[in-house]
Parts: sequence; C-alpha cells; structure tokens
Amino acid sequence: MKRWLSLLGSVWIGLSTHKLRSFLTILGVVIGVASVITLMSVGRGTQQTILSNIESMGTDLITISPGASVGFGGVRSTGGSVQTLTQEDAEALAGLDYVSAVAPYSSSSLQLIYGSENMGAQIMGVTAEYYEVMNLEMGSGGFFTDFQYQSGTRVAVIGYEVAETLFGTANPVGEEMRMGTVIVRVVGVLAEDDSMFSSTDSAVYIPLTVLQQTISQERTAQGDHIVSSIALSVTDESKAAYVEEEITSTLRSRHRLSTGEDDDFTIRSVQEIAEMITETTENMTMLLGAIAAIALLVGGIGVMNIMLVSVLERTREIGIRKALGARETDIWLQFLIEAALLTFAGGLIGVILGAGLSLVMNVTGIYTTVISVDIIILAVSVSIGIGLFFGFYPAWNASRLNPIEALRSE
Amino acid sequence: MIKLQNITKVYPMGKRELTVLKGVSLNIEQGELVAIMGPSGSGKTTLMNLIGCLDTPTSGSYYLDNKEVSHLKGGELAVIRGQKIGFIFQTFNLLSRLTALANVELGMTYAGGVDRKRAIEALASVGLAERVHHRPIELSGGEQQRVAIARAIAKNPTLFLADEPTGQLDSHSGEEVISILTSLHAEQGVTLIMVTHDANIASHCQRIIHLKDGEIVTEEKV
Repeated sequence: MKRWLSLLGSVWIGLSTHKLRSFLTILGVVIGVASVITLMSVGRGTQQTILSNIESMGTDLITISPGASVGFGGVRSTGGSVQTLTQEDAEALAGLDYVSAVAPYSSSSLQLIYGSENMGAQIMGVTAEYYEVMNLEMGSGGFFTDFQYQSGTRVAVIGYEVAETLFGTANPVGEEMRMGTVIVRVVGVLAEDDSMFSSTDSAVYIPLTVLQQTISQERTAQGDHIVSSIALSVTDESKAAYVEEEITSTLRSRHRLSTGEDDDFTIRSVQEIAEMITETTENMTMLLGAIAAIALLVGGIGVMNIMLVSVLERTREIGIRKALGARETDIWLQFLIEAALLTFAGGLIGVILGAGLSLVMNVTGIYTTVISVDIIILAVSVSIGIGLFFGFYPAWNASRLNPIEALRSE
Repeated sequence: MIKLQNITKVYPMGKRELTVLKGVSLNIEQGELVAIMGPSGSGKTTLMNLIGCLDTPTSGSYYLDNKEVSHLKGGELAVIRGQKIGFIFQTFNLLSRLTALANVELGMTYAGGVDRKRAIEALASVGLAERVHHRPIELSGGEQQRVAIARAIAKNPTLFLADEPTGQLDSHSGEEVISILTSLHAEQGVTLIMVTHDANIASHCQRIIHLKDGEIVTEEKV
C-alpha cells in the first residue's frame, strides 16, 4: 500500500511539473474521445428517432402487399407491379386467430377542389377499421363509421396539410369538396403528423366502398375487388410470427398457388422493419464510431511520442531513482501509470466535452442525440487502454536504463 | 563487512576490451572510514559502482554483510541499494523539480517507506532545518550536497559511499561537507567510503587505499 502511494506520488510529480505538456499530450485523446461520444450519440439519436417514428405506427401492425418480395435471385415481379390481393382475401384473413382488425385499402390519384382552391392528392379507400389498425389520431371531427363504410356514404377524412391547403383557416368539418367528379363531405381532419415515414398530413381517406363504386372498379377474373394492400393488426405481438404463417397459407390456398411456386404477395411486420432499421443505423453508428476511433488512435500515438521524449529527458532522474534503490518494476510502473493517468484524464475531459456537445446539439435541435452510458464507459476504458498500450514501450525503455549510464547523462 | 576477492571488471569497447579493474581484493570492516585515491582512469569510480551494487564484476566475489552479491540480478541489486547503500555523488544528483524535503523523502521511498519526521531530522542534522522547502536551484552547491547527505542519512544505510563529494564545491563548502561526513562517522559509527583525489581530505580518514591502473598499489593507515 505504502509502495503504491509513493508510486502515485512520483507519478503526480512527473505530471504536475509539466502541466502544459501533459495537457498537450492528452489533447489528441480528448478530441478522440469527444468525437467518439458525439458521433455515437448522434448515431444513437437518429436511430431512436427513426424507431419511435416507426413504432408510432403500431408494433402490432402487419402489412401485406401484392407481388413477391424483391430478392437477389434475378428478376421477379416486384411489389406493386401486380394486383393479386382482393377485398375478399382481407375478409378471409379477418377470420384468423389473433387478428384483431383487418384493413384492406386501395388508392387512386385525384384532384381535390374546394371553392377556388385545388390540389392533387392520393385518395385512399379504406375500411373503418383502418383508423384503429394504423393508430391514427384525429385533430377535429371523427373518422367515418362502419355504417358509413357499409352503406357507401360519400364522406372523407383529410390530412392536416390537405385541410390547410384547401380550407385555409376555416373548419373543414361538415364542408363539401369535389374529388374528381364525386362530391364528398369532410367528416374529420387528422392531427398533424411529423413522423418521417408515412406521414398522414397529405392523405385523404374515404370508404373503400365509395372508391370502388365511383372511381376504381377493378376486379379479378373471379370478380373479386382488387385492393392495393392489406394492413392488419394482431392481438398479441408475440403471436406475429404465427399469424404471418397463417396468412401465408390462407393466401396461398386462396390464390391457388401450388407447392414450389413463389408467393404472389409480401408480408411485412413493423417489428421486422424496425429490426431492419435498427441493424442499418447500428451499422452507421459503428461506422461513425470507427472514424472517431481513428482520431483516438492518433491521439494514442501522440501519447507514446511524448512519453518516449519524456523518458529521454528524465534519464538522469531514472538513474537517480535507480541508485536510490528503485527496481525495474518501480520505474516501469511509474511511467506506465503516468501514461494511463494522462489518457484517463484525457478520456474524462473528452467525455465531458463530447457529452456537452451532444447536449448542445440536442437543445439547439441540430440533431437528436442520445448519450448512452455504455459508450461513455467504453470510451473511458479505451482511453485508459490506449495509455497502457502506448505507454508500455516507453515505460519498458525507461526501466531498462543502466543506472550508471543514466546518472552520467545530462 | 565488505569483502572483495580478486575483482575484475572488463568493458567491451567495440572489438577491443577495456580492463578497468585487474584483480582487486579488499576488506573493509564495519565502522571504518576509508578513502580511495588515485589518478583519473585508475578505476576508482568503477570500484565504487561495484561496491555500491550499481554494477556487477566480470569475475571475482563480492560479499556485503556476509552475503555474496556479485552474481545478483538487477532487481535484487536494486533492493540492496535501497536498503543498505547511501550514495553521495560529486554532482549531488538531486531532482531539481523537488524541494529538499521531497528529495530526502524520495530516497526513503525505495528504502522501506517515507517518514516525514525522520526526513526533517536528517535535514536538520546537516544544518538545513531552515531550507526544507527550498528547491535545489535556490540552494548553494554546499547546501545541495548537504541535502544529498541528508537523503543518505534518512535511509539509515549500513554503508555510505561518497564519490568526490567536494569535487564541485569551493574549499569552504568542501570543508563543511567533509566535517559533516567525518562527524557522522565519529558520532554514529557509520561505515563510510570516500573517493577523492584531494590528499587533504583523505587525511581525515583512517585508511587510504591508492589505486593505479586498476590495481591497489599501496594501503596506508593514518
């Protein structure tokens, strides 16, 4: 214990007498650690933003789109280019276990006109259940009812942006607008939606029955109503995989696909999308971290450089210490701890700097950043490791000095 | 206490070899005050380094306190230096960044542990009670050498080794240093070996060993 205390004393003397040099030595480590922390927290923050956006759609959501999934094995019919899903498919899926709601939908591009204002919009024909399945949020009014859907009432729910463009400051609820050749009454306006993906701000929802009756009357050879997609929600997220299997077998038998034939539809769950995006952003975060780690490495080489110079400069001190009875391990430990303490201090300053920078970015809104404890622990331990690694050789050099020659040096 | 038997020391000098000591045998008893004299290049310093366990002989045996130390490794020699040897160098060899007190304590670090009270006592015993917190640059040469002596005293070694302790001092400070060293011997009975080329200083010692070309030529008792 006494020995370690005196060792720390020696280290402190070494560092404190060269304050400016000690600081310059660790500057590389400071910048390295600060950039690791900042970049990693930007990466994590971006990931979290994307994920929370996706999850706002509901993690219990499964979407089915027509066409096979795009693989790497040559040309296939890609999603959207074929029309294989029907409203009758959707009705069949509603009977499956653990399926709480099924919402088939179809879309069409039409011109909207209200007074002197007009705009092009993507009209979505949906069922009343769509509201629940997609976790939509109303700003004013309400979503159309199942009765309105069944009876084919000409009503519409419009997105926030659509309401602003067509109606300005006026309240659109109760107003009638023209949609192509059809006149519909606005019953509800959705709340503003700032999510990055699938924002509903520019959407217009009408009952699917209305869309089928008035605008798009596409049917399959069997006379079924074609829909462009089916969304459904499950009662239990853990049963998502089971439900997906059930959907596959139901649709395959309905579409009369023989064994060995590819699916003519693609199933995606929000969970899968979230996992995919997590993986992608994790890779991006790692890449950012790796770039910053290079800065850290350069900082480490700087530490080694200065430690080597410091050993040379303090040759006489080493000689004196050895003459007084210091063993090789005493000298070795002294210089090694000195290097590790230096880089540890650099790591700490770097963490404070990096965390501060991340916080500033967050507050000023440049980036959403998430400072995670694991990154901080990692960065600090890596900086100590760098001190030990790059301090090893200079310390070993110091410990091996011949005391007689070291005493003779000036 | 010190027993050297036929010690030789050979340094490789490129392809040739330089023989510095050619078979030195010597006994020094506990409590003796011995001077080693000789012209430069006679091997005094090499002999001093061997006795001080800073180096090992090429051949021959060296017993310190009845223990053979001539074949010990670096780490074991370091422990002996720490516990048994108190060096006093011609160039003082103080750490310029440390105060007098910290320099004395540094010596104790490797000799069993720092004891501040003892360090201050050691400085007081060489007349530097008022200079405890001064750095070497703020002290005169004689004072610096006295700090070095205090550093050796504080370690409580069995053997004091002084290599030209007055070599860089004016005659007045030199006399002061010599009087401190001789009184250390007279009052506390320490064993002290001094390398010098000053016959006047050597005359304070009990025994003078003359070295020439790596061999002991004469030994005289004062």
